[in-house]
Amino acid sequence: MLDLSKYQSIGEALKDALDQFANEVCLIEADRDREKERLTYREFKARAHPLAKALQDAGFAAGDRTSIIMTNQSKWLISAYAIFFTGGTLVPLDYKLTPDEQWQLLKHSGASVLITEYPIWRQLSASAGRALAANVRTVLVTEAPPNADLAGARRWEEFRGADEPTFVPRKRKDTACIVYSSGTGGRPKGCMMTHENYLEQCVALTSIYPFWPGVRYLSILPTNHAIDFMVGFFGPFTCGAAVVHLRTLRPEYVREAFPKYKITYVSLVPLVLKNLQKGLQARFDALPPGKRKIFNALVAINKSLTKSRPRPGISRRLLKQVHEAFGGELRAIIVGGAFTEPQTLQFFYDLGIAVANGYGLTEAGTAITVNDLKPFRADTVGKPLPGMEVRIVNPAGDGVGEVFVRSKTVMSGYLNEPELTAETIVNGWLMTGDLGRIDQSGHLQLTGRKKNMIVTEEGKNIYPEDIETVFESLPVKEFCVFAANYIWPKRSMVGEKLVLVIHLEPGQQYSEELRRDINTRNNRLLNYKRIHGVVVLEEDFPRTASLKIKRNILAERLAKLDNATAILPL
Amino acid sequence: MRTLEQTTQEVLDLAAKHFRLPAGSLAPADDFFKKLGIDSLQTLEMLSRIENHFGIELPDYEVQGVNDFQTLAERIQSRL
Repeated sequence: MLDLSKYQSIGEALKDALDQFANEVCLIEADRDREKERLTYREFKARAHPLAKALQDAGFAAGDRTSIIMTNQSKWLISAYAIFFTGGTLVPLDYKLTPDEQWQLLKHSGASVLITEYPIWRQLSASAGRALAANVRTVLVTEAPPNADLAGARRWEEFRGADEPTFVPRKRKDTACIVYSSGTGGRPKGCMMTHENYLEQCVALTSIYPFWPGVRYLSILPTNHAIDFMVGFFGPFTCGAAVVHLRTLRPEYVREAFPKYKITYVSLVPLVLKNLQKGLQARFDALPPGKRKIFNALVAINKSLTKSRPRPGISRRLLKQVHEAFGGELRAIIVGGAFTEPQTLQFFYDLGIAVANGYGLTEAGTAITVNDLKPFRADTVGKPLPGMEVRIVNPAGDGVGEVFVRSKTVMSGYLNEPELTAETIVNGWLMTGDLGRIDQSGHLQLTGRKKNMIVTEEGKNIYPEDIETVFESLPVKEFCVFAANYIWPKRSMVGEKLVLVIHLEPGQQYSEELRRDINTRNNRLLNYKRIHGVVVLEEDFPRTASLKIKRNILAERLAKLDNATAILPL
Repeated sequence: MRTLEQTTQEVLDLAAKHFRLPAGSLAPADDFFKKLGIDSLQTLEMLSRIENHFGIELPDYEVQGVNDFQTLAERIQSRL
């Protein structure tokens, strides 16, 4: 088991790992079918140290903040290591935010250095928001063309110090990263994550899903996202594993990467997982009847043999072709960022591909619960990780209440927001705002969020996410259930209703057939859980970089509609 | 060498074929996310088809933030 107890900081743990695993491969970077870079830990160190030295030469000191806005690539991790080595605080930002949003967060974070890619800088430097963030004094830009106008930035590749940098120690309680969990809507929520948060989370996660030299993690989720930062950087690096970056996330190249690089783990969001499921299902459906029969029999045998625990060796032999498409070495698909439909989880598990679903939030230090597969449960988000105390506060008759968490992985607070911090962390307990229950076997079942729910006149609490599964595979582009009261607030606690918001496929009409389909599904629900109407939205649902639906933003957009006419009766 | 107009028309034809829409149903100014109702994954698949047709490579960053056929055609044209 990984032991990081002797370390005080991320930088210290990584520094040792770079020496301990010097000859192991730590990074592979590919662009389409071309491998661009393959670095050992020794080579990684040789790339990072001159950058660290240059930062120190430029006056960068302990606690100074540097932001990274980059797509997933080797320079992201090299830069992050240089920042930690020099005692800095990292501010990872979402590269898919608009330039104005990025400047807003850069200002809020107080970052003095920004490291970004040239195409992103082109847009950032032209944005009016730049004037806001005068605190950003140094900008380093990667991969700028030879004659490019750098608009005051410096080339990352040329920002190199000549001598060895000096390692700057930090304490466990010092802030390692400022991670924005939200806040582009007006009140930035910058979670101050300590070195201890990451060290403890890393030990907890790797106790269930271990890394070791030879393991290859395919990094697709943005590295600024808490999940990828942990399982696509800090976790594998402290264990001597390798991270694979793809500069092009075209589905065909992602598919090719699995067998080409013998991927061990990958993290996906539910949308992508579901897309993968659809693709596989289509291939299974296309099998000739005879082969289909044999395939179904093999799946049935696999299901029976993996009932109590995964047996990768057996599954790989039974369903060879499926596993070979994933490279034959895949141990688990880590899924997070949003609620995953149990049917999707079960689909993969039945094929012998474990999906490590869990529950977490940035404020709690990535993951709170993870499915330990002992046995696999598609209907829950797993058990609390080691070191996580989870309790349900004010449970209703059905055991559902707000999920509170206490752990060494919980953030120290929101940057510059002492009141918000005090409202969120009470006596050491993080109030998640999520609702759930813990079953008899200790698994957490999530039922919804505190803010988006209804209470019926019969006193029944209904959570939209709880009933969304009934609309699974509805033939529309995307859908989401809301409490109408959450979208169009009214000062009343009676007569609350649920609405189904749908976004149709191109050229699709809200037909009588579709209305009937919705009605039929709705009628499967207990009467007090049924939706009362449909809202057709003619635009993409807003999503985060990790493709999670931004429910609050979506609700804001819906609020602009007149609810008297927008809600179509069933 | 194709003109920008020709490139744009070929992009529109390819997109219509890819999403099985009648020829001529798409216009250069159309927002393809809205018009086609596609998500980012489907956009990437469409781009692969376009790349194969023109024999070019469009880096992901070149198409990030692009949501209409006209701008997409301009990005392609600059690489022809």
